[in-house]
Amino acid sequence: MFHIHCPYCDEWREEEEFHPRGQAHIARPEDPAGCSDEQWGDYLFFRDNPRGIHHELWVHAVGCRKFFNVTRHTQSYEILETYRIGERPRFTRDNPDGVVASAPESLDDSDIATAAQEVRA
Amino acid sequence: MQRYSGFALARHALSHHENWQRQWRNPTPKAAYDVIIVGGGGHGLATAYYLAKEFGVRNVAVIEKGWLGGGNTARNTTIVRSNYLWDEAAALYEHSMKLWEGLSRDLNYNVMFSQRGVLNLGHTLQDMRDIQRRVNANRLNGIDGEVLNARGVQEIVPILDCSKNARYPVMGASWQPRAGVARHDAVAWGYARGADALGVDILQQTEVTGFKIRDGRILGVHTNRGDIEARTVGCVTAGNSGVMASLAGLRLPLESHPLQALVSEPLKPVLDTVVMSNHVHGYISQSDKGDLVIGAGIDGYNGYGQRGSYATVEHTLQAIVEMFPIFSRVRMNRQWGGIVDTCPDACPILSKTRIEGLYFNCGWGTGGFKATPGSGHVFAASLAKGEMHPLAAPFSIDRFHSGALIDEHGAAGVAH
Repeated sequence: MFHIHCPYCDEWREEEEFHPRGQAHIARPEDPAGCSDEQWGDYLFFRDNPRGIHHELWVHAVGCRKFFNVTRHTQSYEILETYRIGERPRFTRDNPDGVVASAPESLDDSDIATAAQEVRA
Repeated sequence: MQRYSGFALARHALSHHENWQRQWRNPTPKAAYDVIIVGGGGHGLATAYYLAKEFGVRNVAVIEKGWLGGGNTARNTTIVRSNYLWDEAAALYEHSMKLWEGLSRDLNYNVMFSQRGVLNLGHTLQDMRDIQRRVNANRLNGIDGEVLNARGVQEIVPILDCSKNARYPVMGASWQPRAGVARHDAVAWGYARGADALGVDILQQTEVTGFKIRDGRILGVHTNRGDIEARTVGCVTAGNSGVMASLAGLRLPLESHPLQALVSEPLKPVLDTVVMSNHVHGYISQSDKGDLVIGAGIDGYNGYGQRGSYATVEHTLQAIVEMFPIFSRVRMNRQWGGIVDTCPDACPILSKTRIEGLYFNCGWGTGGFKATPGSGHVFAASLAKGEMHPLAAPFSIDRFHSGALIDEHGAAGVAH
């Protein structure tokens, strides 16, 4: 059973409250009509399927009902981070230890708390 | 190969059963083969067996990183049926069913194929409409099937709660009498023994770590026991197919999910058929040992841990108790997971790739066991001839770009 931190509620909740929605960061082609069959098929059906670090889209279905992203290891199942839509992951396949090179891209705690208050308001 | 028979059993009894031959050899890898099969599960071993037996290709290696049938072959709920909706899928699964019917004799190995029938329950009007459509499609394709009402279902399974008081009352079912179950380990072992006797080298504890590719052509594989050459390589690695494809620089439309099953403590015979329900989401049969064999849905997220989530166990058992209140106090003995490679249209991929000589047979998702003989047979034909077998051709990976999907979510659903 996962214990998942919802980055919008800023609370740890049980897996049962959430639904996984597949791979994260899949951008819809800007001009669908201009896509070749190859490009459109790739967008619709082809997904990463790594044995290792994977970025996923989850929804807090019976909580705030917001979508957010999860970086998870598909073999150990360890959740390395959860982050909001629009943010970039800290842990990636090229950077599995989440070493922060310069300024952190994720929000710090106070920002999350403020954002959570805004959500609740 | 030592043949198995009642007479052999009696003869070996005289020597206290100490002189039975090993079922297959444990050879050292040769430097080159005509064909390499990556993956020693049921589908891979069946492919090797039919290559050697029917297509005269005997210089074959099956490379398995663990032990034979240690993956999904030994982790499924052993259900065999062929009542799929679309012509392409129905033809493939029915081809398999026909091979199942003669398999024990063909392999001289008792795979304990028991045609005890499969019920797919309907709990809503829409379920019943879908069942009628599917059964009609099956009959047009020459596959046996009947639509039953609740009374008909009750006659076959007296212990099923068919009353109107159920939370999701049973309205009827589709019934395929020729469907049933088989002994999954025996399928892997029987194919392995048959293939080995025909000269196939089965290399266990040998992991493929890369593919040798030059100018868009496959030349062999790299393994932890050295390089092995072959100009034809068939990759039959189920849940690990995405990883294998990435080693060859390919991408597949697959996602690997854990699918779990569980068995109860052994009971006296109480259920002599297979009952599946898409709607309450569970399926159940009773093994010859007496255990209830229970399965349900996949975990929603990708995963390679061969276990499943507790939430899914709970949902599964809720469904079983909903259908069979009589089982509410049965204790579960064991639970495990297998990694299934699910495809967007719930149909497999049997296909060439853009690398010449490299083939994939994968994407069987939650329902590959039933297809073991047919999948092996058509894949062997394709590897031997260099052209996809007519039954395999519609399952090309090209369909995800052409749009010619074969949507079997209805027939695959929970029904594995």
